[in-house]
Amino acid sequence: MREIDVNEIASNIKEMCIEANYYLESDIKKSLFNAEKTENSEVGKSVLNQLHKNVDIAENEMIPICQDTGMAVIFLDIGQDVHFFGGDLTEAVNRGVREGYKEGYLRKSVVEDPVERINTNDNTPAIIHMNIVPGNKVKITVSPKGFGSENMSRIFMLKPSDGLEGIKKSILDTVRDAGPNACPPFIVGVGIGGDFEMAAILAKRALTRNIDGKSSSPYRKPYVDELEEELLTEINKIGLGPAGLGGKNTALGINIETYPTHIAGMPLAVNMCCHVNRHKIREI
Amino acid sequence: MERYLNVPFSKDDIKEFEAGDVVYLSGVIYSARDAAHKRMTESYEKGEPFPFDIRNQTIYYLGPTPARPGAVIGSAGPTTSGRMDKYTPTLLNNGLIGMIGKGRRSGEVTESIKRNKCIYFVAVGGAGALLSKCITSSEVIAYEDLGPEAVRKLTVKNFPVIVAIDSGGRNLYDECADNM
Repeated sequence: MREIDVNEIASNIKEMCIEANYYLESDIKKSLFNAEKTENSEVGKSVLNQLHKNVDIAENEMIPICQDTGMAVIFLDIGQDVHFFGGDLTEAVNRGVREGYKEGYLRKSVVEDPVERINTNDNTPAIIHMNIVPGNKVKITVSPKGFGSENMSRIFMLKPSDGLEGIKKSILDTVRDAGPNACPPFIVGVGIGGDFEMAAILAKRALTRNIDGKSSSPYRKPYVDELEEELLTEINKIGLGPAGLGGKNTALGINIETYPTHIAGMPLAVNMCCHVNRHKIREI
Repeated sequence: MERYLNVPFSKDDIKEFEAGDVVYLSGVIYSARDAAHKRMTESYEKGEPFPFDIRNQTIYYLGPTPARPGAVIGSAGPTTSGRMDKYTPTLLNNGLIGMIGKGRRSGEVTESIKRNKCIYFVAVGGAGALLSKCITSSEVIAYEDLGPEAVRKLTVKNFPVIVAIDSGGRNLYDECADNM
């Protein structure tokens, strides 16, 4: 049994909220800067150049990459041999978010009720996903999610007979519909399988994986790698381009996660994200 | 085509602007997004005045991050314009002339832009740090309780935008889509 103080979780989350909003992930940076070189549309090139300068300014002058510093999505993968002390874990996570958004000069974008819409003024509560895993460590993933792209995300309860073609069509339709609203170039997170909510969580989790990384899911089949590659090519043929003003760089990456599902169904969730795909990970 | 425009401007100043033109704005604009639009429209329906004189003015769909001590403003990129569509025709009919945001507008808004000879600009979404450098002053002038959604009076210098819907109703996004 390993004892972990919840205050350690809070202080890590505070730092990670700040880091995520000022320093773009290196995989995305690499891909974004490469897109600037390969883009053939003039306006697309100029948009990518602005985004490149924006990332440099964010880092060097400590101005958040985007004004939508997101709703804080936190994944905690908790080793089953861990025992937390020092207070309520959920409250500690929210305290970390609250302090991070205050001290980091990040925008408070959460309202306490979807209809009444009064700002909570501290960006809490966070969206917290906890999983129990083997071991005695805690893996913290902080993924502040902007809503320009979140609003353009979709879930489809496909029929098994829709097959792989149905999956491809639904993903491409979602990207087309997202258009300029979701701030291309995109990162597309996809969840296939599970049930209604599992597909959405898989899609969200897919966005936390580096675009040049591999899935660690034990359910992963070889066809998924090919599907990711094929879909990225297809998406970039749409022509939407940077900022939706035309060009060949519509997406920088697509990450797909799969899970077993029911004999009657084939759930598919597509979680759209702009290039500001924040996903800081720490293991303690 | 590249153009420079002082804000506020008149309908005459923009009659030759075309969808796709790159424009650098200098002068005074106002920030307002979802909650401010809702409140402005509710005031109007009750016969109350808008929180600022909107005639010939330009609204930027923006909710910035807080300014650090000594800074004018935090990150300040555009939010998705489509969420303001429901409220926009009323504002255009009452004299608003320009809008800055990102993304597509409804058919009704496009019609209203054409009828009122107004203009819709887009700024690059996700470039909030870069765009903040073009803002030289910021002051909350209404709805302070809305926090990031308060109405701000902003002074901008060479703020880069692209004409997405011109006063003739030509739509840059439609043309990009046609080429796909």
